[in-house]
Amino acid sequence: MAYRNINVYQYLRHEKKFPLIWCAGCGNGIVLGSIIRALHTLGLPKDQVVMVSGIGCSGRTSTYVDVNTLHTTHGRALAFATGVKLARPELTVLVVMGDGDALAIGGNHFIHAARRNIDMTAFVYNNNIYGMTGGQMSPTTPQGKIATTAPFGNIEQSFDVMRLAEAAGATFAARGTVFDTDRLDELVELAIRKNGFSVLEILSPCPTIYGRHNKLGSAVDMLRHLDEDTVSLDEAENIADAIKSGKIPTGVFVDIDRPEFCESYAALVKKAQGK
Amino acid sequence: MEPQLLMGNEACVEGAIVAGITFYAGYPITPSNEIGEIMSRRLPRLGRTFIQMEDEIASMAAVIGASIAGAKAMTATSGPGFSLMQENIGFAAMAEVPCVVVNVMRGGPSTGLPTLPSQGDVQQARWGTHGDHPIIVLTPSSVREAFDLTIKAVNFSEQYRTPVIMLMDEVIGHLREKVVLPQPESIDIINRARPTCPPEWYRPFEDNKSGVPLMAAFGDGYRYHITGLTHDEMGFPTTKPCEVDAAINRLFKKIRQGFDEIMLCETFLTDDATCVIVAYGSVARTAKSVVLQLRTAGKKAGLLKLQTLWPFPRRAIEGLPQSVKELYVPEMNMGQIYREVLRVNQGRRTVRKISKVDGELITPQEMVQVVA
Repeated sequence: MAYRNINVYQYLRHEKKFPLIWCAGCGNGIVLGSIIRALHTLGLPKDQVVMVSGIGCSGRTSTYVDVNTLHTTHGRALAFATGVKLARPELTVLVVMGDGDALAIGGNHFIHAARRNIDMTAFVYNNNIYGMTGGQMSPTTPQGKIATTAPFGNIEQSFDVMRLAEAAGATFAARGTVFDTDRLDELVELAIRKNGFSVLEILSPCPTIYGRHNKLGSAVDMLRHLDEDTVSLDEAENIADAIKSGKIPTGVFVDIDRPEFCESYAALVKKAQGK
Repeated sequence: MEPQLLMGNEACVEGAIVAGITFYAGYPITPSNEIGEIMSRRLPRLGRTFIQMEDEIASMAAVIGASIAGAKAMTATSGPGFSLMQENIGFAAMAEVPCVVVNVMRGGPSTGLPTLPSQGDVQQARWGTHGDHPIIVLTPSSVREAFDLTIKAVNFSEQYRTPVIMLMDEVIGHLREKVVLPQPESIDIINRARPTCPPEWYRPFEDNKSGVPLMAAFGDGYRYHITGLTHDEMGFPTTKPCEVDAAINRLFKKIRQGFDEIMLCETFLTDDATCVIVAYGSVARTAKSVVLQLRTAGKKAGLLKLQTLWPFPRRAIEGLPQSVKELYVPEMNMGQIYREVLRVNQGRRTVRKISKVDGELITPQEMVQVVA
């Protein structure tokens, strides 16, 4: 672990940016650690990496990382990132969003970025709640759960991010948790490495708000739930039975190849120029 | 250059290309469609980028993203799309990202009159996004001006690191006129000032004499943070009153310092005038013919044509000769610039508005009836 911490340190901004705004027990810092370790493992120069984030607890991720960082408006991170990537396709673009950010206000941009298959990695931090605004229900709040705007229990069906990403055309879609960080490190690497639109959903606890409203125990209890309530696509002997029992599958759901948008555009330019 | 028959929307594209626009993102909407369509043909041939986004919110976001990555970027839209863009126009104002938004105005509110002219978005262009922010808004009254002012818009956006809005009314957007465009070499092009210092010295939002910080592009080796949150000189969020105050005031300072340069107006027969029509866009053309008509009838009329609407060209009104006793403000809205004229006039002269909001142009007769 010591080795890993040294790597993380090199990628952080040290003046005036700390302490983090995230609550004790929040999973966001664990995701940030995984992203940084992946950048290091992949050997990506910091100058060539752009991190775009939306609004919410997850949106603050970009503040702390020593790459080119763009903290945008609520839900629009993917659309901003599309402009950055098209203007400079050689840059590696990472887009960090929360569940409300990516799937409610940003739902339209999410499906169209996937459809377009533009090469970037969309990290969806899924804590099932709007944390920063105080605990309102989000598109991934499970049915029956309590939120400040669902005091009698949420009656809406939640999004399955993996099925949504696949249907919209993402060429890579995976789900990990902040409990299994070794696997999360691998998934982050795979997602960044993929030439195309990649979605990585990360299940992450919000003990301060979601956990408290739903009586899910301490931060440690919530991490334990993440382990107990999920089942790996790679390891489960009978995945169908596990899912039937209410467990959430994790792992790689989609990994296909399709023409990438920037490359298609470069080909279009050649065609338009008669080359 | 050879004379050409061009539409206002076409001239806008030509101006943008000459001004160095390398990135266009947009979403279909009448009556601005020709701009996006022609961009989709022209830009790939020039090796530049066109993308049709999923809506106007995304278009504005992509334009800002591209500009941050070093492109000169713009979009075009009309009323309903302009409303959707407001959120990110505010981001561009706050984060000081150069970009140009063309709004070919149609009748509103809401879906309104998609194919009919209006000047109803003048105050929205000024105050459409929330919070105190400066903005530059230009408006052409001919096809040639659509070309010239698009170049001005791109130049101002780069020079002052600000979103610039170009308001064309539908008449100018779809008007075809014979124009002789200038040689591209004869046109001044302004590019944003970039840092040359070592990256560790770079302070991305530091004040300087011009009030406009140097702007590095992502990928150029200056790793920094851009946010729509109120930020300090390094670009990081702050709520310290002294830093917040300095940041917001600098945004206004940089535009205020450029006021004389930004204020574009033309006068016509105002030197000895007793009454002046203050007009912009296609209405200024009608006003010009009305001035000539009134002169023939013995009334000393003149025209002040506004090409810059915001910051409001106060000095152009104040600078009218002492002989001017009456001001008339014809507009295809309920009096959006009339109120500004009234404000800066401070009771010195009689000010009357001529409003029309039925989707038709203001005719010379209608204007003469009021002015004569």
